Amino acid sequence: MNDKILNFSVRYGFLILLVGLVVYFSLAAPGFFGPLSAAFVLQSVAITGILALGVTCTLVVDGFDLSIGAVATSALMLSAYSMVILEHSAIVAVMLCLGMGALVGLINGLLIVKFRVPDLLATLGMMFLLIGVQRIPTQGNSIATGMTLPGGTVAEGTFSAAFLWLGRHRFDVVIERLLPMPVVIFVVIAVVIWLFLGFTRHGRLMYAIGSNARAASLVGTPVNRYKIAAYMISGVTASIGGILLAARLGRGDIASGNNLLLDSVAAALIGFAVLGAARPNAFGTAIGALFVGILLQGMTMMNAPYYTQDFVKGAVLVAALVFTFYLSSRRTGAGH
Amino acid sequence: MSEAALQVSGLQKSFGKNHVLRGIDVTLAPGSVTVLMGANGAGKSTLVKVICGHHAADAGQMTLAGKPFDPADAADAISHGVVTVHQSIDDGVIPALDVANNLMLDRLVERGHGLFVRERHLRAEASKVAAEMGITVNMRARVTDLSVADRQMIAIARAMARAPKVLILDEPTSSLSATEADRLFDLIDRLRAQGVAILYISHRMSDIRRIADRIVVMRDGAISGVFDEEPLDFEAAVTAMLGHRMNEVDIQQQQGTTPVLELTDLHIRENAAPITLTARDGEVVALVGLLGSGKSALADILFGIARPLGGSMRINGNGYTPRSVEDAVAQGVFMSPKDRGTNAVVPAFDIADNMTLPFLGGFSLGSFLSKRQQRRRADAMVDQVGIVCQSVSDGIGTLSGGNQQKVMIARWLLEPAQVLLLDEPFQGVDIGARRDIGRHIRATAEGRATLVFLAEIDEALEIADRIIVMNEGALAAEHINDNIDLTALVADITGPSAQGTGQSL
Repeated sequence: MNDKILNFSVRYGFLILLVGLVVYFSLAAPGFFGPLSAAFVLQSVAITGILALGVTCTLVVDGFDLSIGAVATSALMLSAYSMVILEHSAIVAVMLCLGMGALVGLINGLLIVKFRVPDLLATLGMMFLLIGVQRIPTQGNSIATGMTLPGGTVAEGTFSAAFLWLGRHRFDVVIERLLPMPVVIFVVIAVVIWLFLGFTRHGRLMYAIGSNARAASLVGTPVNRYKIAAYMISGVTASIGGILLAARLGRGDIASGNNLLLDSVAAALIGFAVLGAARPNAFGTAIGALFVGILLQGMTMMNAPYYTQDFVKGAVLVAALVFTFYLSSRRTGAGH
Repeated sequence: MSEAALQVSGLQKSFGKNHVLRGIDVTLAPGSVTVLMGANGAGKSTLVKVICGHHAADAGQMTLAGKPFDPADAADAISHGVVTVHQSIDDGVIPALDVANNLMLDRLVERGHGLFVRERHLRAEASKVAAEMGITVNMRARVTDLSVADRQMIAIARAMARAPKVLILDEPTSSLSATEADRLFDLIDRLRAQGVAILYISHRMSDIRRIADRIVVMRDGAISGVFDEEPLDFEAAVTAMLGHRMNEVDIQQQQGTTPVLELTDLHIRENAAPITLTARDGEVVALVGLLGSGKSALADILFGIARPLGGSMRINGNGYTPRSVEDAVAQGVFMSPKDRGTNAVVPAFDIADNMTLPFLGGFSLGSFLSKRQQRRRADAMVDQVGIVCQSVSDGIGTLSGGNQQKVMIARWLLEPAQVLLLDEPFQGVDIGARRDIGRHIRATAEGRATLVFLAEIDEALEIADRIIVMNEGALAAEHINDNIDLTALVADITGPSAQGTGQSL
């Protein structure tokens, strides 16, 4: 009987908590339960969610990507530089950013696989490198139309409408202009990565690598290629996050995106607790991101001061980790 | 006879339904070396684990110098003076620390030691311990950088530092060269003279001849022979170890038909004679040898993990030069590796996923896996191989060792192989499961060449049509498994290293 309760709480505890939160905020904060508020929550978690899905792929192969936040801000600056200063079209800017993300992922992967640098150190190094690189072309300044360039000329280019559409367009769902484009992209990426990790043989092999890389290689799995692929997925999703951020802001803001890394890693780790998976998974990551979003939105609407936000996120993360590791170890322990 | 140092009587231990120890009586006398022999799965390591406090016995008593001895855990056993050097060396050393720190580690743990480490003093003390043991390595060298043999000596030296009354050595020479082993034997002689009771587990005849005062033989969880009269009857001990089991296992010896795998002048190691070998369709060939005999090196080359130094390999008449494991699998060469825990089992996966792992491509439609197909094939295999489980969607960790191993072997029987390599397929497997695996391998042998790499003679006798002995990276002898001359076979396996030619890894 006790085992059943434990099993049930490990499996559904987090989802029940999520539903409970929604019910509580709906009753306590007028206006929380409604399409506008829901769209706002989704909007707030879309970009961190996309980054978190990428880092989930690296967690699956027992790796870790600390460079995602820096990749996202680099994509933000690169897209601004490309359109405002080099006067490229939206397509070119987007392609440049995606290419940059893939390249960074490839370099991360090669550092880890070929040069045997531990994953945390390799991606930490890459994070510093990118934070530095993105400041060099503009001498540490943000990029906006009309800014004076080092040579004395004025930047003439603008963010094209097509690019801004990516960040600002809202689809008509239930009420007019409700659902923002980044949310749609987030959902699409979440579904794709969920299918990829959970239901394809490539995903299954990646989980095998994460659980026992040696066993995976001894059945003929090209372990190194899958690991590199995981970092490339992570790099590309992070650059998508950066593109969407740029499109929403409409300028190359050097200071934005500071919290992206920690928030998205937190979402991926909270995801371990969802449905008692005790391992990285795309569905859990998306729910984890949503959980943090709902909590912060509800608290804001109940007038909790902004500076309590990080504390709340931290508390949720620690609780989720205890949930995952302590309770599921008890559960497997009971099985023997 | 003086009072026994350690007396074990009526010891029983079961794991689930598996009755591993069925009433063991052993007496260790101070100042004598008792050698414990037994085939894999006979229960030797379980007995050791009960004595050193790792497992609790289900029934029976132990007395240590006349007083009841019931260790709560390993630390308790050590504090009573029962010290064990386990087979896996790295349990006994801390690789990241230097030699001096490793030797003095127990001193550092003591409460009265003080806060700061006095490096110079520590090294001086450690050098003294090392000199007594005849260890001549740099005290500042990190243990990771040492050879396996040096690490083994250090693990033993650490055990000595605890002044044991009873010392248990679990296959201590399995990774030592002949000269290094001699150093160890000198040390054992010295300890024997000091009155330490030693339990020495090994089946290397050369070791046993050199140091045994008594031989105790275990088979199937019971003592099958005790030999303590001078001169010790080694042949009788080997027979007691293998028992009558050879007669029970009925091998219909197969000649095999067409040659499948042909190795010509394959050079696997510097200074070793090249290997020429043919394995035919339908036959099971056992390659038997001690650790370091080159079995694993040959298996690695055949499976594309390592490259030969020279020579050629052919499969069905076509040249075979695998560039990677992936390549080998694609050409129909499959290998079930040894040490399934590290090399084969994916702990996070269920039985069906573990079993189908190498051939996921065959269970998917445009990359998307079909859970139903996976389960159907896994269910069929579970019936064929006789895997005991509730459902194939149970975690692999819920299975016993023998059943896990069956899953790992079944993995490679899903698709037809040209050459099937099984490296130590009976490692950590109980007798029942071992029979099941052997029977199934033989029953499915047609259509491929099967090579089994083994350290134990009796396992080879159970499964093989032909037994090839490896030594020093080359083939030493070949026997057809039909009224085999056991004494000659044992001599082939252990012989040369007993002459002190040295055996390097």
